[in-house]
Amino acid sequence: MVRAVGNTLIRQRQRGGPGNVYRYLGRRLLHSIPVVVAVTVGAFVIIVLVPGDPALNMLGYNATPESLAILRRDLGLDRSVPEQFIGFVRGAVVGDFGESILKKEPVRDVIATRAVISFSLLFYSAVTAVVVAVPLAILSAVRRNRWQDHLMRLGSMITFAMPSFWLGLLLALFFAIRLGWLPVAGYDKTNVLTILRSLTLPAATIGLFLAPILARTLRSSIIEVLDQEYVEAARARGYRESRVIGRHVMRNSLIATVTVLSLIIGFMISGSVIVENVFAIPGLGSLIVDAVLQRDYPVIQALVLFFGLTVIVINLAADLTYAAIDPRVRLVTG
Amino acid sequence: MTACQTSVRQERLLVATRRLRRRALSDRRWSNVALYIGGSIVVVVVLAGLLAPWIAPYPPNELDLAATLQPPSGDHFFGTDELGRDVFSRVVHGIRLDIAIVLIITYVPLLVGVTLGMIAGYFGGWVDTVVNRSVDIVMAFPFLVVVIAVVAITGPGLVGIFIGVLAVGWALYARLARAEMLVIREQQYMLAAKGLGYSTARILGRHAVPNLIRSPLVFSVADIVLNLLLIAGVSYLGLGVQAPTAELGVIVADGQAHLRVGWWITTLSGLVLVTIGVGFSMLGDALADRLGEELRLTV
Repeated sequence: MVRAVGNTLIRQRQRGGPGNVYRYLGRRLLHSIPVVVAVTVGAFVIIVLVPGDPALNMLGYNATPESLAILRRDLGLDRSVPEQFIGFVRGAVVGDFGESILKKEPVRDVIATRAVISFSLLFYSAVTAVVVAVPLAILSAVRRNRWQDHLMRLGSMITFAMPSFWLGLLLALFFAIRLGWLPVAGYDKTNVLTILRSLTLPAATIGLFLAPILARTLRSSIIEVLDQEYVEAARARGYRESRVIGRHVMRNSLIATVTVLSLIIGFMISGSVIVENVFAIPGLGSLIVDAVLQRDYPVIQALVLFFGLTVIVINLAADLTYAAIDPRVRLVTG
Repeated sequence: MTACQTSVRQERLLVATRRLRRRALSDRRWSNVALYIGGSIVVVVVLAGLLAPWIAPYPPNELDLAATLQPPSGDHFFGTDELGRDVFSRVVHGIRLDIAIVLIITYVPLLVGVTLGMIAGYFGGWVDTVVNRSVDIVMAFPFLVVVIAVVAITGPGLVGIFIGVLAVGWALYARLARAEMLVIREQQYMLAAKGLGYSTARILGRHAVPNLIRSPLVFSVADIVLNLLLIAGVSYLGLGVQAPTAELGVIVADGQAHLRVGWWITTLSGLVLVTIGVGFSMLGDALADRLGEELRLTV
């Protein structure tokens, strides 16, 4: 979550030394291998570590010995642990995680339908966060250490300490129950408009929760750019301040915004797990909670793997794009 | 002409100095305000938690079916819920439980992380590589997903959360302690202690720990906020503290079903949660201001 963001940023600042693009690429890719292995093992061991018999846990004590035996065979529990692991990895490569006990359909299909909803929500949240954070960041960078900046700092502290489920419920109370503008909860997939309406409050909740983090980072990046000579030069040419900020400062600060967004993807996923449950959005977040409560182990394993890999891939993509855009990063190896 | 130039320059310098001084003052003022407000909130919250049984006017789970869903009043500061339980009493007991859990899930990982990071930094070599790689791996996971995965193994409840948080929480402390250790390892007093032939345990415990513990401790104050949100969030999802135990996330979740008829249950208990979080954030921010910028929680 935020720890990870802070950590990556700190790491990027700390380490120095020469290097080139390919070495950077190679090292970065090599470093993600143990992480991918760890995520895979982590997802796999869940079913091994469950106390008692997973099949019995899932079907309950009324299950017949025959159905238990069938489920054990389907889950591969009748094989040795290394064999099970190989089976799990082999399945994971082709996206075959068996069948959901709860939904009675392949885990892959359950995840695929819901992933679309979750990713739309994440995208919508990111857009909301950017729309809120950019003006705030500009204001507090231009007015740094004045009251506007302090107010921003206090505001970001309050939103940061706010549990997302509570913020979501307050928004629902006001915009859905008091004003009746938007649905309280649920996901209406009739058409694009109803989908947008269903996702607006959840996206606003995650967006408001991300905005302060984004705004703080963007603020420091704008301050850094404001001190550059080309900004001075733009001013010296007599450009209006709005043009200096819009054309010269923002363009250089936006890279930072996109990077931060991709670095906090883990944080966003955590947020979406909670918010989807608040608003009863049928995405991956509500799926994993249901799966844990109902002991649907194949779904849990697949989702842990999926979330882990998503974070790794997005972080990797962000680092590589960033290195491609900004040569200064290549000097920094993590 | 020269005199005139000098006086203009002096005046400019004076204005600039004044501006700088004003900025520094306003910065320090913020830091002081944050320290006092944050500190007071934390003191009040900890006292409320310690004295919960004496502060709460009713037992947290006492039903009063004659007074269900009463709005806030003199008798019930935060109103009552659908079973007639006094929300204020539940919140006070919830604070007690949450603070206790949060202190455990913050400081146990701190101990583990600082120890591992210190050892990694001191010995270097393969120990360092193993610890460092593990930190990278742990940090690649979304925190909540790890906790949920552990809860999937242990079943809903506090045990899963303790294990899940410990599995992840140590990593940042290890990184902080290791970074400090790399610096102090070469200091004269460390070399002197080694030269005197002290045991490794004594060198690390008596000479290194006091010098590297500051930044983990400062960060831990901010970490408390994250852990508070985590425990309340997981309990809200039904995977942590189980209803009917009074816990802030559980109380908010209980109130959700009655949002239309009893806004106070969710709103007021959540407000307390936010206040506690802001208190610890302010305290953490003020401490970071005094002890080093790099420990600030919000990037």
